[in-house]
Amino acid sequence: MPDSSTSQTNVETLMQSGTKKDLLRVLTCGSVDDGKSTLIGRLLFDSQQIYADQMTSLQTDSKKFGTQGPDIDLALLVDGLAAEREQGITIDVAYRFFSTKARKFIIADTPGHEQYTRNMATGASTADLAILLVDARLGLQVQTRRHSYIASLLGIRHVLVAVNKMDLVEFSQRNFNSIEEQYRDFAKDLGFEDITCIPVSALLGDNVTMASQHMTWYRGPTLLQHLEAVEITNPSDETGFRLPVQWVNRPNSGFRGFCGTVAAGQIVPGDEIMVLPSGQRSTVKQIVTMDGDLPIARRHQSVTLTLDDEIAISRGDFICSTDHLAGQSDQFQAHLIWMSEKELFPGRSYLLKTCNSTVAASITSLKYQVDVNDLSHQAAKTLHLNEIGVCNLSLGQAIAFDPYRDNRTTGSFILIDRLSNETVGAGMIDFSLRRASNVVWQDIEISRNKRAAQKQQKPAVLWFTGLSGSGKSTIANLVEKKLYDMGRHTYILDGDNVRHGLNNDLGFTDADRVENIRRVGETAKLMADAGLMVLVSFISPFREERQMARRLMAKGEFIEIFVKTPLEVAEARDVKGLYARARAGEIKNFTGIDSEYQAPTHAEIEVDTVSSPAEQAASQIVDYLKKEGFLDFDETS
Amino acid sequence: MGAFTTKVGLIPYIMDQIAELLSRSEELANQSGQSLSTISRKLLKDGKGLARLKNGGQCTLKTIERAFAVLLELERKAGMSAQAPAKTDQGGQLTHLQRLEAQSIHIFREVVASCENPVMLYSVGKDSSVMLHLALKAFYPAKPPFPLLHVDTGWKFKQMIEFRDRKIKQLGLELLVHTNPDGIKQGIGPFSHGSATHTDVMKTQGLRQALDQYKFDAAFGGARRDEEKSRAKERVFSFRNAAHHWDPKNQRPELWSIYNARVAKGESIRVFPLSNWTELDIWQYIYQEQIEIPELYFAAPRPVVERDGTLIMVDDDRMPLKDGEVPQEKMVRFRTLGCYPLTGAVESTATDLTQVIEETLLAKTSERQGRVIDKDGDSTMEQKKREGYF
Repeated sequence: MPDSSTSQTNVETLMQSGTKKDLLRVLTCGSVDDGKSTLIGRLLFDSQQIYADQMTSLQTDSKKFGTQGPDIDLALLVDGLAAEREQGITIDVAYRFFSTKARKFIIADTPGHEQYTRNMATGASTADLAILLVDARLGLQVQTRRHSYIASLLGIRHVLVAVNKMDLVEFSQRNFNSIEEQYRDFAKDLGFEDITCIPVSALLGDNVTMASQHMTWYRGPTLLQHLEAVEITNPSDETGFRLPVQWVNRPNSGFRGFCGTVAAGQIVPGDEIMVLPSGQRSTVKQIVTMDGDLPIARRHQSVTLTLDDEIAISRGDFICSTDHLAGQSDQFQAHLIWMSEKELFPGRSYLLKTCNSTVAASITSLKYQVDVNDLSHQAAKTLHLNEIGVCNLSLGQAIAFDPYRDNRTTGSFILIDRLSNETVGAGMIDFSLRRASNVVWQDIEISRNKRAAQKQQKPAVLWFTGLSGSGKSTIANLVEKKLYDMGRHTYILDGDNVRHGLNNDLGFTDADRVENIRRVGETAKLMADAGLMVLVSFISPFREERQMARRLMAKGEFIEIFVKTPLEVAEARDVKGLYARARAGEIKNFTGIDSEYQAPTHAEIEVDTVSSPAEQAASQIVDYLKKEGFLDFDETS
Repeated sequence: MGAFTTKVGLIPYIMDQIAELLSRSEELANQSGQSLSTISRKLLKDGKGLARLKNGGQCTLKTIERAFAVLLELERKAGMSAQAPAKTDQGGQLTHLQRLEAQSIHIFREVVASCENPVMLYSVGKDSSVMLHLALKAFYPAKPPFPLLHVDTGWKFKQMIEFRDRKIKQLGLELLVHTNPDGIKQGIGPFSHGSATHTDVMKTQGLRQALDQYKFDAAFGGARRDEEKSRAKERVFSFRNAAHHWDPKNQRPELWSIYNARVAKGESIRVFPLSNWTELDIWQYIYQEQIEIPELYFAAPRPVVERDGTLIMVDDDRMPLKDGEVPQEKMVRFRTLGCYPLTGAVESTATDLTQVIEETLLAKTSERQGRVIDKDGDSTMEQKKREGYF
């Protein structure tokens, strides 16, 4: 019987050592017969993760299915499914676990079979490091290249090339060196941060967990030593805080918690945050867990945040640090891996699922297919199972995102077939195809149904102009509320909102700004024709375009409102964090910074948001409307 | 007088503090690329605050102190403060248990957010206990927004049922208990019909009945990939057709932590939040979190008989004793819990968690060995799973 006190100490040491370990996720890949399963079996076997009863069944199995004659076949430890045993190959992604004093490892074992690219991509998507097996006799194969490319595409930055079966080439150093040289040359453009080559014999155990007695010329680490020591860096550690909101926790009216897994950065209570896509700001109140509030939340933690302000946040939103926002867009270029027997149909509506939202999406154009064997680009009309392409996607609504190279969590998606519900593709966002990613949505608080309820009023177009951050939208919202309260039928055309829809093909060059205002002017005209009081809130920096809009409207219907805020003040507010980004050179053609604003000289109304609050400006505008008879419509007239 | 003196003394002090605040804020702006107004808003909740101070404006000592506290944090984030610990020194790397916990919580929340009618299969064992604990964490301070389902074969250890009922009451959760009524009618039991029939009727079919009856579209199960070879390939979100069958050759690819939970009517998803946990992780977590598990895991004198090399506990008088069989009191415990006639005990002296863990970790026999079901044939587990066994 174990002495109780000793037992206590042993277990405590073990438990504590257990809680200090970190986790490394490893992908193994190689061609058929490179010896992957044997290598994993060897790792499990040598790190003593094999129980006695498993050993017994391994011996039995080795006799029945083994390929090693009278010896035990370590590969059988990991080859699971009955069908695989018959074929003698692995056919799917299998996950294996073992731990050493330093680390816990999760190994994704993926097949080397030509038609199983999708399985390898699956295993690679969560792996920090890839072990690529190369048969020392054969050197680099087409499949080695393919696997390297897929690992690189899926964002793996650490590669361990295990040159296996060294026993079959008489442990030749020259042989190993030549493979290492070839591999480094081949992989130089794949963006790997570190490549380590190790000569091994999985069958005999050389350099797997124990240094080889046969290869004294090799002085580097064993495979296991390297796995225990390698430091994994993540590009997403450098970016701002991201919490993709997964679920909103509302047990009672007094608690609103926003749940999700931190995808990047860290946050402490008191930090200011911005919610995408709404653009609302608040500060973090608490990081709630069942074990008490946390002082800090970091990447990978699943947490619940409460905020200081009551703002509407739902699944699909991102909570970001204000100094480094995620982008948002509904048009992307992405790399796509096709995973279904049914080919891709460009133009068909699929469901696109990201880490926290599901939206409609279609492939608007397939730019090219990548030949995974030589990485050449080929024109393609469709993608078949296991083919990889680069395409443009259009989404039913905008999503928050980061490019995949910056963040694997917030830059990835899957495509789901609407009818069969199968996962048919996996994608990695390269970049947004439009500037919409810099535009934060505004709330429009009055619903369309309410506006339609009655319409006895005098139409007008209230044209708000001023710098970004001057307060146009805030004032326009307040004015609309006041008019609504008086029973008026109104609509706001907001610069940001229109840019997400009607004008989403426009950028921020001067030419596009002109077209932007032309379209908005035409839209406002139609709405005024329909009897609405239209509030147009656009920077509209150029005098000529504002004149053009004025000319479109009926005489006396166009009311120009200059929201007069000096650049310093607007920039100091920086409500959407855009000035800071413009100053940093991240946004080009930003009004006031590197694009001109022409202040109105004869505006009907000028409002000052520096010395007086927005509420007062709104009252000033409503007073003007009253004075000019816009609100005098009564039932008898 | 005293107050006056203090005030006179304070003013130059505040002036110095303001000067320091301004110079450090400007330095931070240079280093971090944030605009001074952004920093101002963070420090003073006012984008123009720093500008005002620079132009000779004043503020209270309290405001200054708060501003310095925030400034220090901002400087630390920007990597500027020498004394401030670097990110990683603060334990920036999560331990593997923290990672596993976070992944499991993520899975729970994803199901609740994307499925209409989920249920958690609760089998009272240690894995179920860990799973329940994780579910409580995932939705805290709310309760898990789904019921628990126990498929009771009618042959579970008495202590399991007691533990179950006490635990559910204590936590205030909803528990559904289902026992296959056809099986009861036919008097199906492990002794009369053998382990295969019993398991199929009372467990596999019973589970299907319950899932159909309540129209659950997602069911959490406590299976782990490390338990058995065929489970190593199981997805976290595992699709089942309307007949509850699993097709190992036609599984949905599962990438990153994006899970496809979409099903047509009648189809369902089995969800395994503990997929990436090993037996060692489970024990470490039980130890770390002090999770309560049934007494049966701890050694106690229990009446057992030995059959085919397996120690079976005589839990009630339904167990027919063969000629010459006399129950013997032995110090035993159980490594897994299930139907008592199908669950082998191991002789042990481990009466507390530490000892159990030590024995478990030293043991060179994998945990499912105690289960009679795994030995039926070579690919047994895979077959059972295809047919809908969990």
